[in-house]
Amino acid sequence: MTEDTEVTEVKRRTRFQDITRQLRKNKSAMFGLTMMLTIVILCVGAPLFAPHGPHDSDLSRGLKPGFWSDDYLPGYYLGTDYLGRDLLARILYGGRVTLSVGFVALGFAVTMGIIMGMSSGYFGGWVDNVVMRIVDILFAFPALLLALVVAGTLGRGIDKAMLAIGIVYTPQMARVVRGAVLIIKETEYIEAEHAIGSSTLRIIFKHVLPNSLAPIIVYSTLMLATAILDAAALGFLGVGAQAPSPEWGLALSISRKYLVGGAWWAATFPGVAILLSVISLNLLGDGLRDALDPRLMGGAKL
Amino acid sequence: MKEYILKRLAMLIVVLFGVSIITFVLVRAAPGDPAIHFAGQHASVEVLERIREKYHLNDPIYVQYYIWVKMALQGDLGRSIESRELVTTEIMDRLPTTLELSLVAIIIASIFGTVAGILSAVRQYSAVDYSVMFGALFGVSMPVFWLGLMMLFIFGVKLGVLPVGGRLSVGIDLERITGMYVLDSILTGNWKALTDSIRHLILPSVALATIPMATIARMTRSSMLEVLRQDYIRTERAKGLSERVVIYKHAIKNALIPVITVIGMNVGLLMGGAVLTETIFTLPGLGKYIADAILAYDYPVIQGFTIFFATAFVMINLMTDLIYVYIDPRIKYR
Repeated sequence: MTEDTEVTEVKRRTRFQDITRQLRKNKSAMFGLTMMLTIVILCVGAPLFAPHGPHDSDLSRGLKPGFWSDDYLPGYYLGTDYLGRDLLARILYGGRVTLSVGFVALGFAVTMGIIMGMSSGYFGGWVDNVVMRIVDILFAFPALLLALVVAGTLGRGIDKAMLAIGIVYTPQMARVVRGAVLIIKETEYIEAEHAIGSSTLRIIFKHVLPNSLAPIIVYSTLMLATAILDAAALGFLGVGAQAPSPEWGLALSISRKYLVGGAWWAATFPGVAILLSVISLNLLGDGLRDALDPRLMGGAKL
Repeated sequence: MKEYILKRLAMLIVVLFGVSIITFVLVRAAPGDPAIHFAGQHASVEVLERIREKYHLNDPIYVQYYIWVKMALQGDLGRSIESRELVTTEIMDRLPTTLELSLVAIIIASIFGTVAGILSAVRQYSAVDYSVMFGALFGVSMPVFWLGLMMLFIFGVKLGVLPVGGRLSVGIDLERITGMYVLDSILTGNWKALTDSIRHLILPSVALATIPMATIARMTRSSMLEVLRQDYIRTERAKGLSERVVIYKHAIKNALIPVITVIGMNVGLLMGGAVLTETIFTLPGLGKYIADAILAYDYPVIQGFTIFFATAFVMINLMTDLIYVYIDPRIKYR
């Protein structure tokens, strides 16, 4: 028995090491990973890093520029917004909101997508038919529009935004998983499992799921990037996070009124934060794709 | 082929049926009493009752659904609560704006995207390749609403060279024929309106084109690289055909086939972007229409728009697939 577990452990480690070695060689992917981790650490640790509270307003210091200007208010590195709140603090705290909407929505989509794609791909037949028709129906809407309509009818707030974006990405994940399962299902080792009489659940959880992880991981990373974009877009359109939340999209939307007066920083930096997060995830996702090569696993087009 | 089209059309009906149920249920499940929404907060009980009677709100939900579908099939999507106008009329009024914006955007994206993709594939690992790929990475990661605002700030506010919103400057008259102002000004020979409407289109269409341009460039590059690795290309080179003939006469033609699907997919995605772009540049199109309707809880509009849009989107996807079969005879659909 002990020998047996040792063998599988060694195997798993080598596969994992193989991938990490590949990934470590990919400079842009490592750059993306580092950048994403930095952003997450900065946002999660916002109370430690932010010089001010996100809601400390003082109209007398409203719309002050940051370090680049002579009018710079010491301690407010990126300037202040229209209520005199520190922009740096709001961006760090806002990241908590925007990123968590993205992460939770993605978590929902991955869970639902795995359940749907797994059952549809593995069992085929009418299950496949039903699941794929649901996917077709959800695909009849462009992602952001569906998210907007769902969030709009469910009501305002980040919980609704999470659910809306999660629903939108579910069919995409279901397709990716289904594509992978269809190929794995036909392989000889699954046939062998059948031959030795393994139960369906054992085959699915011990073999099919672990082997379809590669495309799931790659597409999750790339989807997280667009989920964050959509989270900010919903905030921007006014159906996601609500004031006084420092959410990035919402902050941008409120600050755009002051662009005409020349206060560009209040609308610029939240956008830069969104852009950097999305770029880092795209870099990481592309790198993971090269390292794991899900095309061999029949990854669906996105 | 005929069989495939019929099968797709049958699927289309299934999809639209599902879409109609989803929209209907979503809107019905939304918080608030639709009668109060329609009549206002201070309506009397009798008025509310009359409205419920008139709009069949007292009937069981499947009867309501049946009535709604029957009316929708006759082209009646109900009336907006905000404006009391017919939703179909309002959609038709706003459609040309979005159509014009999206068409210009997809043209910009297709031209620049394919050219950039081809250039970077032909000179793989060159400075051109790296800058195209770097630009494409920024493009796919770009929050459209932020890019639009930045362009508006730089070109509209700081430099003052382009208008910050709207479709025509105040004081310029244009006879409405198609509702697409650029086309209308050409048709009526109104050159002042032509330059003015083009100036208004530049910023929003470039902003909207960014993401599709980036995806098209990436797709073209990888497709082109794939083609350049093929045996027949090697044969042509071995035969001594000039590089120009190999690339422009043979490789590009084959490389662009998958790109067409990507362009088709982007037509629908543009609609999501149009919501943001039209909001930023205050364009009276469908995107702004749905965004406003959602903020105002205008349910008939949300419902009508969704079903209208899903139909259009599914049709566009079907058309893309058919074009794909047509231009690439290797693809046979069952």
